[in-house]
Amino acid sequence: MSGHESTYEPKSGFTKWLDNRLPIVRLAHDSFVDFPTPKNLNYWYTFGGILAVCLVIQIITGVVLAMHYTATVDEAFGSVERIMRDVPYGWLIRNIHMVGASMFFLAVYVHMFRGLYYGSYKAPREVLWLLGCVIFLLMMATAFLGYMLPWGQMSLHGANVIINLFGAIPLVGESIQAWLMGGPSVGNQTLQRFFSLHYLLPFMIAGVVILHIWALHVPGNNNPTGQEVQDVEKDTVPFHPYYTVKDGFAIVVFLIIFAAFVFYAPNVLGHADNYIEANPLVTPAHIVPEWYLLPFYAILRAITFNIGPIDAKLLGVIFMFGSIAVLFALPWLDTSKVKSMRYRPVAKQFFFGFVVACLLLSWCGAENPDNPIIKMGEDKLIVTYTDAAGLEGSRVFEEYAPASQFREETVTAGGTASLGIQVAPAFRFLHLSQLMTLYYFAYFLIILPWLGLRERPKGEPDSIHQSILGNEAPAAAPAE
Amino acid sequence: MKFLRPLIIGLGALAIGLTADAAGGAKKSKAPEGGWPFAKVPAGQLDQQSMQRGFQVYKEVCASCHGMKLLSYRNLGEPGGPFYDDAYPNANDNPLVKAIAAEYEVMDATPDEFGDPVFRPAIPADTFREPYPNEQAARAANGGALPPDLSVITKARGKGAEGDGASYVYSLMKGYPSFDEVKFREEPNGEFVNYLEFDDGEKVGELIQPIGVYYNPYFAGDTAPQWSGDPRHKPYGGFLAMPAQLPDGRVEYMDGTEATTAQMAYDVAMFLHWAGDPKQVQRKSLALPVMIYLVLLSILLWFSYKRIWRNVAH
Ligand code: HEC
Ligand code: HEM
Repeated sequence: MSGHESTYEPKSGFTKWLDNRLPIVRLAHDSFVDFPTPKNLNYWYTFGGILAVCLVIQIITGVVLAMHYTATVDEAFGSVERIMRDVPYGWLIRNIHMVGASMFFLAVYVHMFRGLYYGSYKAPREVLWLLGCVIFLLMMATAFLGYMLPWGQMSLHGANVIINLFGAIPLVGESIQAWLMGGPSVGNQTLQRFFSLHYLLPFMIAGVVILHIWALHVPGNNNPTGQEVQDVEKDTVPFHPYYTVKDGFAIVVFLIIFAAFVFYAPNVLGHADNYIEANPLVTPAHIVPEWYLLPFYAILRAITFNIGPIDAKLLGVIFMFGSIAVLFALPWLDTSKVKSMRYRPVAKQFFFGFVVACLLLSWCGAENPDNPIIKMGEDKLIVTYTDAAGLEGSRVFEEYAPASQFREETVTAGGTASLGIQVAPAFRFLHLSQLMTLYYFAYFLIILPWLGLRERPKGEPDSIHQSILGNEAPAAAPAE
Repeated sequence: MKFLRPLIIGLGALAIGLTADAAGGAKKSKAPEGGWPFAKVPAGQLDQQSMQRGFQVYKEVCASCHGMKLLSYRNLGEPGGPFYDDAYPNANDNPLVKAIAAEYEVMDATPDEFGDPVFRPAIPADTFREPYPNEQAARAANGGALPPDLSVITKARGKGAEGDGASYVYSLMKGYPSFDEVKFREEPNGEFVNYLEFDDGEKVGELIQPIGVYYNPYFAGDTAPQWSGDPRHKPYGGFLAMPAQLPDGRVEYMDGTEATTAQMAYDVAMFLHWAGDPKQVQRKSLALPVMIYLVLLSILLWFSYKRIWRNVAH
């Protein structure tokens, strides 16, 4: 915390000399060794460290990949395969980078849900939260750009879908589109600029991460009680060794999961179509983004209706970007003074609902919106015909035999007839995604602003140490 | 942990969602009985004998239409490959590999002193010879369809789990209807048609097989336009431009194994699975040590954590 005094004492002549000129060792000492950290952080708080590890892993493996990768449409696909086949341990580097992107997002989502649950976005940590949202945006951009590089079918056609979204923006849409593609269509020039930007953005992320940690160290960590540190002695422990060891343990457990994917199922998080070399003339049957972008894709596709002068396509784009924009506005939307949902029994229920909504949105994003989830009734058969007299009509049948008999009779009588399926009404993925989109926005725009004014918090402790002792020794608590 | 419950339920739902079949009503491909030996955890193994037979199938059957441009002959003799031999750590020295390469004639990258192309027998460093000089030639020879390159075909099908793509190739190759299931008749207008009859409870009807394409239940496509029965129960699968390739006895295995359709499909799938990811042997042999190392490290850290925090209430 900014208020806390530096305890660093340079010992050798060199460190004293350096400390008077660039107190960088002091900075590191104060930030990562002696930094007073609440005693009561649980494992959900280890994901920050895990994310730092993910970023380092992506940068190191990425730089090595870039040494062997060729960013041209004729060679990109083959060069990635060459890395896997001919570069020593290239298969490992590439698998780590590919799986790493997924693990990075897994970690960032847990980290963000953690922040939502414990109210870490509230004063005095708004800037910290905003910087986190910027990192999240940059990560999505980086992953999208990176996914283009292996130049498979999903790379190309996924990029096409996303770039076309910008075309929906009035006035400037087409210019933005052309500017992103670097030409009239996605081609070699697009691949090269995507590669250049994919190399650049992770370092911008690293820069924002530094600001993020700075913004963390001014107010200090939030914690599961949401109470600020009142007494450094009673409420905190130094970061090292207490949290280096706890984070270290969590990081290694995370790496076990990471390694399980890298070694046993490197391709299971991706899409098989991306092992088909990109071909602009053949569009894959189902274009789906990587799993970590699915909720946003579902929101995009949930909007199938126009509102006033705004058509569905533009509206979908607005909702998709809006779903991220509300995250930026969150510190000012949530009106509750109580940070942690531990003490907000009602808000807690809505929070879990929100987590489920996000998971269901992912599910919707992966499925064809027209597919039924719950069917209401059986599909029927419908014969549409024009009889010999030129009269048009249709008849619905349950069974095949009479339907086909009717068709035959109509045809023999000199008319025309065709048999099709009349799909039974159903609750479809489209409907689920619309409901969940509604909940997603309602959570931020209605529930959190309203609840903060109406709910009654329950059992909030006065301080961090009180909550700890209350947990450990309930009998001793009244004596406090 | 009340916190976790909805998360787990949701993840469960997500998992179901992601595994639901997306491929236009194709029949779900099946691994051979007993599973693939290379998909076993913690340390799967390729079957080298089977890969050698699979290479023979590729060479004698598939290679006339399908290239494998990401492979070189040397790959065959590298660790984990079908013809790897401890005695020749450098695959370029492996006599079997040299002999295989030498069966093909390729054009040297450097012309002779007059600038004319030089043709010579291939060496292990050469890439597999392409069956056609270009895409147009390939299409012309296959009724307009392009036989895909098979280098990464096992990674390009299925859902990405180990062995998914091999199961697809295996199922596809042995999934064609047998010779006498495809019937033949003359229409009143004098045209000849091939058709299949279905009569298995739900699916009752006839599937007309258009000229130049072949029905296969595992191929992602649409049977509706050719189906004369109840459209709600159209058969799985679709039509592809590749006819059945592996009738019993199509090749004569050098090791005496009986060349049944299933055996050849199994072997060629095994070979293609290796070819799609030739470094999988290294991956699978490194997997267990890495996992053991990480688990031991996490146990060590757990006890350090317990010790460091032992006097701190938290
Ligand atoms: C006579 C030429 C020919 C031969 C021989 C041949 N194929 Fe094919 N194959 C094709 C054509 C043409 C296609 C493209 C079919 C289409 O897309 O309609 C194809 C497609 C395939 C596919 C892709 C199916 C899909 O899902 O898109 C696989 C896998 C395949 N062949 C495997 C093999 C194997 C294994 C062999 C050897 C046992 C083999 N083929 C032999 C012509 C051939
Ligand atoms: C924020 C961190 C990063 C993320 C989230 C990320 C994400 C991705 C993704 C999703 C892919 C496609 C993987 C595939 O399907 O094959 C990819 C590929 C690639 N990335 Fe990154 N990346 C990051 C950092 C970097 C960095 C720092 C570099 C280089 C300096 C880099 C270089 C490459 C290269 C060369 C490829 C193409 C090879 C391949 O496809 O495996 N990446 N990246």
